[in-house]
Amino acid sequence: MNAVVSYLKSLTLVELVKGMGLTGRYLFARKITVQYPEEKTPQSPRFRGLHALRRYPNGEERCIACKLCEAVCPALAITIESEPRDDGTRRTTRYDIDLSKCIYCGFCEESCPVDSIVETRHFEYHAEQRSDLLMTKEKLLANGDRFEAQIAADRAAEARYR
Amino acid sequence: MHPSAATELLHHILDFLPSPVFAVTLILLKIGLIVLPLMGAVAYLTLVERKVIGYMQVRLGPNRVTFFGIKILGGFGQPIADALKLLTKEIIVPTGASTFLFLVAPIVALVPALAAWAVVPFGGELVLSNINAGLLYVLALTSLGVYGIIIAGWASNSKYAFLGAMRSAAQIVSYEIAMGFALVGVLIASHSLNLGQIVEAQRGNVFTWFWLPLFPLFLIYFISGVAETNRAPFDVSEGESEIVAGFHVEYAGMGFALFFLAEYANMILISALTSVMFFGGWMSPLPASLAITPVIGTLLGDGIHWFVFKIFFFLFCFLWFRATFPRYRYDQIMRLGWKVFLPITIVWLVVVATLVILHVPPWFDAT
Repeated sequence: MNAVVSYLKSLTLVELVKGMGLTGRYLFARKITVQYPEEKTPQSPRFRGLHALRRYPNGEERCIACKLCEAVCPALAITIESEPRDDGTRRTTRYDIDLSKCIYCGFCEESCPVDSIVETRHFEYHAEQRSDLLMTKEKLLANGDRFEAQIAADRAAEARYR
Repeated sequence: MHPSAATELLHHILDFLPSPVFAVTLILLKIGLIVLPLMGAVAYLTLVERKVIGYMQVRLGPNRVTFFGIKILGGFGQPIADALKLLTKEIIVPTGASTFLFLVAPIVALVPALAAWAVVPFGGELVLSNINAGLLYVLALTSLGVYGIIIAGWASNSKYAFLGAMRSAAQIVSYEIAMGFALVGVLIASHSLNLGQIVEAQRGNVFTWFWLPLFPLFLIYFISGVAETNRAPFDVSEGESEIVAGFHVEYAGMGFALFFLAEYANMILISALTSVMFFGGWMSPLPASLAITPVIGTLLGDGIHWFVFKIFFFLFCFLWFRATFPRYRYDQIMRLGWKVFLPITIVWLVVVATLVILHVPPWFDAT
């Protein structure tokens, strides 16, 4: 009996017509496409985009050259050199992130004891040559200055989970 | 304008030409009238396909390329942009390929797809060549298209192209038979090989069209047509996930574009033939009494617009199938062709012959 039913089913194309009914319904369904440059999907405060080095409100750079981020970086994208500054504090003389190596895992951000290196929500950047993807200390500090309001707001929103 | 009136007008305009030159000019003009809209239709069919499949997948499809920045025309520039891209790309002939065959294959694929349109009747008198062996001509030309694919696969000197060509050849040979038998049914029912007379034999209303008495043959013809054009779910000869792109992996630029044109022209052709042979071609589904209504009478009566509408419906089915069904496995295709379609067509041929002999109304009482 089952064999007869399934034979008739395949002969009358019932299942195929059902399938076409389904796709036919979706033809009129609401489309979920996000038309990117005009529309954007919501972002999490934990979004990991372009890197930035932060400063304290008085303008002093946060980074103390502890090199934890360099040590934890799984892609070996971070290179740090440091020297004591005139006032006796240890500061970086070089802080490079090679974005062509970076995997945006966020470990540098998590390892940082002073919240200096962070990943911002900014992800719409591009480079026209390889050297543009090498972020130097100056570029990273500039990023920090540019996005500080957003960075601080995101840290505040996440404070209770950290 | 009535076609013969148009010819009359041309006679007056081109009076200075000697008559053989005029005859050739007339034929060339008619060919242009068929081929140019066909090319336009092919170009925009690619857009319609991407739109329809996109919509069925809850996406929007291409909507960026537009004309003069008019937002509502979003996507309409896409086929033109695609064509320009393909035209300006380099034609690459792979090392070890048989150059002549490699370059000739796309042409061999495209020409039959266009040539078959010569006998398709667009209206009572709107046909390029009203020959009595029209059905045979169509069968012959639609099977010729596979040579382009086989030559392309062979000449490419690539294992994927070759596999695709082999699959395509086997598939088309199998489905050609079921398709031929389905057309024999039409032949029995209409007593004619002339496509115009086949349409005439269906005169009446929706229920006197051949799709009703020949329903299984109609289904088999259309499904075989999908298989003949190597469209999903019978696209094993392209099989992106298995053999990259099948017979046209090695083609770039215009060669690839010609294969694309051939595939879509074939789709339109199969849709046109299905509507000619089973859905009354240019005939209106509405009762003939409506045709004499003033103003909109010409729209409600028989005419080329109904033919175009029917073609569009079947083209939509092609796209619908592609959006719905996963690809058949190769042995399933063979099983379907030989063990399902062939027996059904033969049985239904007997049924049709019986109906014709018994003059069963409303289809066969006139003859």
